[in-house]
Amino acid sequence: MPRAATLAPTTGTPGRPARAGRRRLPPAAALGIAVALLAVVAIASLAIGARQIPFDVVVQAFTSPVAGDADHVVVRDLRLPRAVIGIMAGAALGVVAALLQGSTRNPLADPGLLGINAGASLAVVVAIAFLGIASPFGFIWFAFGGAAVAAAIVYAIGSSGGAGASPAKLALTGAALTAAATPLITLLLISDEGTLSQYRFWSVGSLAGRGIDTVVVLWPFLLLGLLLAGWLAGRLNLLALGDDVARGLGVRLATTRVVTAVAVIVLAGTATSLAGPIALLGLAVAHAARGLVGGDYRWLTPLAGVLGAIVLLAADVIGRVVVAPAELEAGIVAAIVGAPVLIALVRRGKGASL
Amino acid sequence: MSAAPVTAPAPAGGSIDAVARRVGAARVRRRRRVAGVVVAISLVALAAATASLLLGAAGLGLGDVVAALVGQGSPKAEFVILRLRLPRVLAAIIAGTALGLGGALFQTTLRNPLASPDILGVTGGASLAAVGSMLLLGLDGPAVSVAAFAGALVVAALMWGLAWRDGLTGIRFVLVGIGLASIVSGLLGWLITRADVREASEALVWMVGGIGSVGWPELATAGGALAVLLVLTAFFSPRMPLIALSDDSARSLGLDATRARLVAIVLGVALVAVATALAGPIAFVALVAAPIARALVGNGQAALAASALVGAAIVLVADLVAQHAFTGVAVPVGIVTGLIGAPYLLWLIARGNRKGSDG
Repeated sequence: MPRAATLAPTTGTPGRPARAGRRRLPPAAALGIAVALLAVVAIASLAIGARQIPFDVVVQAFTSPVAGDADHVVVRDLRLPRAVIGIMAGAALGVVAALLQGSTRNPLADPGLLGINAGASLAVVVAIAFLGIASPFGFIWFAFGGAAVAAAIVYAIGSSGGAGASPAKLALTGAALTAAATPLITLLLISDEGTLSQYRFWSVGSLAGRGIDTVVVLWPFLLLGLLLAGWLAGRLNLLALGDDVARGLGVRLATTRVVTAVAVIVLAGTATSLAGPIALLGLAVAHAARGLVGGDYRWLTPLAGVLGAIVLLAADVIGRVVVAPAELEAGIVAAIVGAPVLIALVRRGKGASL
Repeated sequence: MSAAPVTAPAPAGGSIDAVARRVGAARVRRRRRVAGVVVAISLVALAAATASLLLGAAGLGLGDVVAALVGQGSPKAEFVILRLRLPRVLAAIIAGTALGLGGALFQTTLRNPLASPDILGVTGGASLAAVGSMLLLGLDGPAVSVAAFAGALVVAALMWGLAWRDGLTGIRFVLVGIGLASIVSGLLGWLITRADVREASEALVWMVGGIGSVGWPELATAGGALAVLLVLTAFFSPRMPLIALSDDSARSLGLDATRARLVAIVLGVALVAVATALAGPIAFVALVAAPIARALVGNGQAALAASALVGAAIVLVADLVAQHAFTGVAVPVGIVTGLIGAPYLLWLIARGNRKGSDG
C-alpha cells in the first residue's frame, strides 16, 4: 500500500527529538524503494479502473499492440497519458515543496498553501477566456507569470514588517491570495457553461481528459525545473545553517534566491498546467521525505519528488476504486491525505522554523 | 475619543460631581454616535433594497412597485416583485445579518480578526452538508438547513478539538481551520463534479454563494431560524465582554470563559449555517462585517448589532452590483463580495505584520 508507506513516517513520529535515536534507512535505499514503489503504482494505474485489464494485456499493449483492441486503446490512449501526467505533476509538486521549505525555512511551505498554484490557475483561465489561447504551449507562459506574481505578492506581504516572514503569516497570505483568485476565476468562467463544466473538474485536480500533447509540450519545463532543483539542493543544506553561515561558506545568497524563485515558478506552473491547483500534496510528501532521510536536501528533494509522484498516482488509482464506477479526482484525495499532515504540524507547534 | 481635549483644561481639583457629569456626557455622546451609525447603515441598506426592487428589465416605476407590494399591482408587476425581486432582497437581508453576526461572534471569541467562519472552513462545512443532503439524500426545505447546521458544527467541533491545547491561540485555530477548509472544499468540489452538467450554474451557487433562486418556503425557514438565533444572541450578549478577555486575564479575575466561548461559537455556527443553507457560502461577509462595525461604533455589545446590520447592507449592495454592473451575465453575489473581501484580507495581514504581531 503506497499510501500507508508514505504516510507512516510523518504520523509515526509524535515527538521532535526522535531524530537522533531513530534508525533510518540509508538514503539511497529509501530512494531505491520509492522508485520501485513508483513503478508498481504506475503499472497499477495502467491496469486498474472502470475496465479491469490483466497485467499481461497491459504489457502486450506496449510490446505488440493490436490496432482496434479495446483494452490496448484504453491502456495506450487513456491511461498512459494520465499516468505520465500524474508522475510529472506529483514530482513537480513534491520538489517545489522541498525547495520552498528549504529556502524559506518554513515547515508550512507548499505551493498550494502559499497561493502560488492559485495565481497560476487564474492566469491560465485569463489566457483561455480572454485571449483564446487553447494550446498548452501558449498558456504555460501565463501559468509561469501567474505563479511569479503570486509568489512575489505572498513574499512581499508575508515578510513586510520587522518580524520577518513567519510560517503562519505566509500561510495566511497564501490562503488570502487563493481566496482572492477564486472569485475572479469564477467570474471569467461564468458566462460560458461549457468552460465552467470543464473547469469544475480541473479545479479539483483531475488527471483525466488531458492528452499526451500536454505532456509533449511541458516535459522540457519540468526537466529545467528539476535541473535547477538539483543545482540548489546542496546550497539549501548550507542555507539551513542560517544566512550568515551560508554566506561565510561561499554561498551566493542573491543568486541562490533568484534560482530558487525560477525553479519554484517553473515547477509550480508546470504542475498546475498539467493537473490543476493541487494543494497540500507537496507539504505532505516533503515532510514524509524529511522523516525518511533527514534534512539533507540532496536526498530529501529527489525523494520528495518520487513520493509526490507515488502519492498523486496512488490518489488517482484510489479515486478510481473507492467510488467505482465513478471517480474521485486525485487532487481531492491528495487534499484529504495532506490536510492531516498540516494539522499535525500546527498541533506540534512547528510554527517557528525548520 | 474626542473626550480627552475636553477634560484636559479642567482643574485637577474638580468635584466628583463634575467628573461624573463629564463621564455622563461622554456616554451620551457615544450613545448618540452609535445611534447615528445604526441609522446611517440602515439607510444604506434601505436604499440598496429599494434600488433592488426598482431596477431591472421589467421597467417598473415606483408606483408599480408599491402597488405590487400592497397587493394592488398588475399581475405582471406582482409576479416580478413578489416572486423575483422581494425574495431576493429578503434573502440578502437574512443571509447578510446572519453572516455579519456569526462572523462577529467568531472573531470576538477567538480574538483574531482572521478567525472568520469562511476562512476556518465552517461555512464550507455547512455548504458541504447542504449539498450532500440535497444530492445524495434528496432532502429539501428545513431538513437542508438542519444538515447545514450539523455540517458547520462538525467542522467547528473538529477545529476546536484539534486546535485546543491549554487554551485558545487564535493563530493555531486559523491554521487548523485552513487545513479543514481544504478537505471540505475538496469534498464539495467532488460532489459538484458528480452533479448533472445542466445544474452547473446551480452548483456554482454552492461554490461561491448566490441568492438568485430563493423561494418563499426557504425564506420562511431561514427567517424563523434567524429570529430565534437573534433572540438567543441578545440574551447572551451581556457575557460578550468576558469572552473578549484573554485566558490569563479571565483566570486572574477568577472567571472561566470556556463555557461562554462555547455558547458563542455554537451561536455563530448556527447563524452561519442559516445563511449558508439559504444562499450558499457568500464569501467574506462574515470576515469584513465585524471589523467595519467595530471601526464605526467601537468595541462592546453595540458592535454585535452593528455587525449584523453591516452584513445585511454589504450583501444588499453587493447583490445590486452583481445584478447590474456586469452586462449580459447574472453574477452570483458571492463573486462581488469575494472581489471586495479578498484584498481587504490581504491588507489585514499586511497591517498585522507592520505591528509585528501574528494578527
